Amino acid sequence: MATLVFVESAEGKIKKTSLEAVAYAYAMGDSVTAIALGAVDKAELEAIGKFGATKILSVTDERLNQGVIRAYASVIVQALESEGADTLVLANSSLGTPVAANVAVKIGASLASNVVDLPDTSSGFVVKQSIYTGKAFAFVEMKNKKKVIGIRKNAVELKEVGANGEIINFTANLTDADFGTKITATEKATGDILLPEAEIVVSGGRGMKGPEHWNILEDLAKALGAATACSKPVSDMGWRPHHEHVGQTGVKVAPQLYVAVGISGAIQHLAGVNSSKCIVVINKDPEAPFFKAADYGIVGDAFTIIPKLTEAIKAAK
Amino acid sequence: MKILVCISHVPDTTSKINFVDNNTKFDTTGVQYIIGPYDDYALARAIELKESLSSTVTVLNVGLAETEPTIRKALAIGADDAIRVNASPTDSYFVATQIAEHAKGYDLILMGRESIDYNGGVVHSMVGELLGLPSVSPVMKLDIDGTTVKMQREIEGGKESVETSLPMVAGCQEPIAEWKIPNMRGIMSARTKPLSVVEPKAVETAVNFKKYQLPPPKGAVKMVSEDNVAKLVSLLKNEAKVL
Ligand SMILES: Cc1cc2nc3c(=O)[nH]c(=O)nc-3n(C[C@H](O)[C@H](O)[C@H](O)COP(=O)(O)OP(=O)(O)OC[C@H]3O[C@@H](n4cnc5c(N)ncnc54)[C@H](O)[C@@H]3O)c2cc1C
Ligand SMILES: Nc1ncnc2c1ncn2[C@@H]1O[C@H](COP(=O)(O)O)[C@@H](O)[C@H]1O
Repeated sequence: MATLVFVESAEGKIKKTSLEAVAYAYAMGDSVTAIALGAVDKAELEAIGKFGATKILSVTDERLNQGVIRAYASVIVQALESEGADTLVLANSSLGTPVAANVAVKIGASLASNVVDLPDTSSGFVVKQSIYTGKAFAFVEMKNKKKVIGIRKNAVELKEVGANGEIINFTANLTDADFGTKITATEKATGDILLPEAEIVVSGGRGMKGPEHWNILEDLAKALGAATACSKPVSDMGWRPHHEHVGQTGVKVAPQLYVAVGISGAIQHLAGVNSSKCIVVINKDPEAPFFKAADYGIVGDAFTIIPKLTEAIKAAK
Repeated sequence: MKILVCISHVPDTTSKINFVDNNTKFDTTGVQYIIGPYDDYALARAIELKESLSSTVTVLNVGLAETEPTIRKALAIGADDAIRVNASPTDSYFVATQIAEHAKGYDLILMGRESIDYNGGVVHSMVGELLGLPSVSPVMKLDIDGTTVKMQREIEGGKESVETSLPMVAGCQEPIAEWKIPNMRGIMSARTKPLSVVEPKAVETAVNFKKYQLPPPKGAVKMVSEDNVAKLVSLLKNEAKVL
């Protein structure tokens, strides 16, 4: 059996979570074909092979340089057919998740989102899904023969298992109906580490007192190679852009290290960060609820601790 | 113009999650239910559009009788009438199919970007696909100009401007509108607004929830003195191994 993996790219580079999707499909034991849409660097495409894809379908229709969801779903359905694949694996994201849903309806597949581990096939086909915004897991049986699996970051370990793969051009039939939505503009922070993909996140809350103090967090983030994030009130007040706010109503992150500075640790905030491997909390209030969810904590004033921490990180390198 | 808002009935965001019956059932003890927070944004935008475009707003929920207080709250906020599809919302495909059955004839179908229980973030896309309509999510801004819908959608690290035409489906999130709190008049009038209960269409579910699990409890926090940040760095490096 073949499994198809939809790999996403940003600025020509394959996203790390998409490589994890390839590794996931490979670990399932089927032969893996990857599909990339739009303009992607050739070396990046070939390198997908290292994570277990034997074939890499490249669809270079110019109209696909933008992530038009229905068009992407159409192309993927055609690729599933031509590969004789019953299963699609992809990384959940603002593009991957809707594409998964559209494909699942088109082909009559069982759909699972936010899968955090490899399937258990000892009796049926059961995946472990993150639910209640990270507060619990569900074991879900996917009943249909066809399956669409959306995975969360860190669902599998990313390791190289092979050599560069073979790129095959794939042409799909697309109609105007596939382009019923038009993307008229994109505003995107370039060059930055994308928050959902980041291995280290430095996050600030209302305790930072104002946007003019974010430079000390940015310096720390730079020293750590981290992305920056914030609590909801911080983005509500416009101190930071909306796409940086994490939590129940914001981005859900699962980095190796989450550093929370001047954040009280409300349950809605924790919901977005509780999948982090290690949590460091810096807060002047020893009673801040966040300490209960932390691995390491420092009680004290962020404005004196953060610059010292940045220096200590630099010194340790 | 006719707007349909699909609302989920979910545990309040501060709820402690627990399971009973050998981890096969959600423990509802002491849990308060609310309109899904994202669905609340969808509803708030629908009420604004109702005022500016003189449209009607219908709310729909797929759920058993226990969801009616949540539906009445949506009516109190300003929806005109409501439909409850009398079924337990067992999986996203099942829910999407029920919604699609009733969504025909609406110009704008608004939902939340995701429900906060199962967090699939997929029902809106499924409804769009089932009805052959464009669906866009997560939408943080939505304006209607004739039959053109102009939206802003959040993407990783930024946003995208998206345009399509009615009819369409959108999954909403803040800051699309401010949550609306029902006033006394709304609460009074909600009691008599029409709420029709319909039986579900027979469809096979595509997945089966077998068992639940809570994350392992967190170990105790290790405190480091503020005068010794180098110690923290060394712990992160050598003990946690995350640097
Ligand atoms: C439906 C709903 C959804 C929500 N979703 C989210 C969400 O997705 N994400 C989210 O973050 N919130 C969310 N919230 C809000 C949440 O309940 C909290 O209000 C919010 O997380 C608090 O943000 P904060 O910790 O930055 O601010 P505060 O609670 O004001 O905490 C500030 C902290 O900074 C500390 N502090 C102050 N000065 C200093 C200093 N000099 N040095 C060190 N520490 C200092 C204080 O001790 C305090 O602990 C939601 C709320 C609701 C009702
Ligand atoms: N049982 C339900 N009844 C009505 N609408 C629902 C139901 N479940 C989910 N929805 C809608 O679909 C959106 C996405 O849900 P989900 O795909 O479950 O994350 C929600 O924000 C709601 O607007």
